[in-house]
Amino acid sequence: MTMALQSTLKNMVLSLGIICLASSAILAGVYALTKEPIEAAAAAKTNNAIRQVLPEFDGEPEMASIEAGGQSYDYYVVNKGGAVAGYAITASASGFGGPVTVMVGITADGIVYNTSVLSQSETPGLGAKCTEPEFAGQFKNLDPSKTKLAVKKDGGDIDAITASTITSRAYIVAVNNALAIYKAIREGSAPDVSTGASVEDAQTEK
Amino acid sequence: MEYLIILVSAIFVNNILLAQFLGCCPFLGVSNKLSTAVGMSGAVCFVITLSTLVTYLLQYYVLVPLHIEFMQTISFILVIAALVQMVEIILKKISPSLYQALGIFLPLITTNCAVLGIALIVVTKEFTFGGDPHMLNLVETVVYAFASSLGFGLAMILFAGLREQIALNKVPKPFRGIPIALVTASILAMAFMGFSGMV
Amino acid sequence: MGKFKLITKGLVKENPTFVLLLGMCPTLATTTSAINGMGMGLATMFVLVLSNMAISATAPYIPDKVRIPSYIVIIAAFVTVLQFIMQAYTPAMYETLGLFIPLIVVNCIVLGRAEAFANKNSVIDSACDGLGIGLGFTMSLTILGLVREILGSGSAFGFKFISGDGILAFVLAPGAFLALAYLIVLFRKITKMN
Repeated sequence: MTMALQSTLKNMVLSLGIICLASSAILAGVYALTKEPIEAAAAAKTNNAIRQVLPEFDGEPEMASIEAGGQSYDYYVVNKGGAVAGYAITASASGFGGPVTVMVGITADGIVYNTSVLSQSETPGLGAKCTEPEFAGQFKNLDPSKTKLAVKKDGGDIDAITASTITSRAYIVAVNNALAIYKAIREGSAPDVSTGASVEDAQTEK
Repeated sequence: MEYLIILVSAIFVNNILLAQFLGCCPFLGVSNKLSTAVGMSGAVCFVITLSTLVTYLLQYYVLVPLHIEFMQTISFILVIAALVQMVEIILKKISPSLYQALGIFLPLITTNCAVLGIALIVVTKEFTFGGDPHMLNLVETVVYAFASSLGFGLAMILFAGLREQIALNKVPKPFRGIPIALVTASILAMAFMGFSGMV
Repeated sequence: MGKFKLITKGLVKENPTFVLLLGMCPTLATTTSAINGMGMGLATMFVLVLSNMAISATAPYIPDKVRIPSYIVIIAAFVTVLQFIMQAYTPAMYETLGLFIPLIVVNCIVLGRAEAFANKNSVIDSACDGLGIGLGFTMSLTILGLVREILGSGSAFGFKFISGDGILAFVLAPGAFLALAYLIVLFRKITKMN
């Protein structure tokens, strides 16, 4: 084993500089190579979620966005037989460990077809159960004009996850937000998106 | 009010050590004595707050405008390493007494994952803190980093106090050293779970 | 030391988790299930093998005083490469492990092997060393993940064998510390190292 180069200033600057340059070059190369697969993976995730929350549709979902309260919300429109079949709307609300982001599929007649959690950082074994059918299944084929979207504790019709009322409320707020955005899309008006404290606001409209 | 929520949340509810497992190496490594735990906590507090501020600025004023976000990990760790070196040199010059207290911990801090962890969390994760989910702004970032490091200090000092007591007891042979420390940490983590739901 | 010995020593004699007690953060944080533990172990192994090889090859040209920063840059580069690959081909695992993938940079195992082995041994030997320690780490994390998964959620590698919940605490922070403590004790008893 030969001994390392002497630690003169020139050697140190030179070797560190070369290592930094070489590393950056390798990174830039790998970044360029993996850019497309990464985008494809993200798109596949979104597409799978859309297929999960909406009934079968023709062609590819189209992305659109709506401006509301200074914020822009992206959503996807799907068509079947030439007419709009439904909307996949992403909405989020504050949960226990951070934001709970849910994709909500709403058909053209205003029924929540299904929901899918895109991201959450809730407690494993407690709030994280919001992805399981026992809770999330309650939002399948749900008619917002017949079901009161709030946990039973708050006088609604949804069974909260055991010991995770905050997560359950966040999920419901996200679905309500999506419904508000849906309403805005249909009417072309600004949606009334709430963040948690005002679940009732969205309820009193009917 | 919001800053108070950040403080309580980062110190107690989402304690960086006991809930997020960041910085476990010094937590288990230098918690034998209360005095070293206090020194380590002070040094970590200083470095986390400072380096998070610098990496936040680096992210939003250099990496994002230049579209080289892929250099995030590499540039953050370099900045942290350089910063720790600089703090060491400055401290030696202006406050030899403080350097005596914190100096030996500083080299260890570069590879403390709590420092890089907090720096990465604040630029990648959305926070809620009672309001809308949002990315933290500069002031919130500094408050969050400071609060997290206070949480580190609190857990570290409590833990060191407990370990000093345990050292006086007769522990079964296979449990000596790290295992009994881990059991202690487990009980401490359980105690901290009592804070969950507070914010 | 033979190549075979280099690879197997990480499993028992120099097991990074149960004997050397290194890399505690990912060990405790990512082992909520056997699969997650295994994913974290393999990700670390990937970085360990490549950084060991690169450091062994470049060590003669790096002046002693800038040794550590140089190693950190090399390790950080491989970690970022790993991030891209995982994001592209295993996005679900990347999301689950989250923050702990970039944090491999500050995993003391990786820098430790660079300092203790790679900078004074040949490229091939360093690769074997990385593979061995990486395998040991993967094995330990998988075992810890499996124990926590069985106790905490009543399943093994995702297959549920009891209905309802397990002992929830084992999925959460306290169970991580406790399970690791007892596994270390068990390991010491079995290998009679203490």
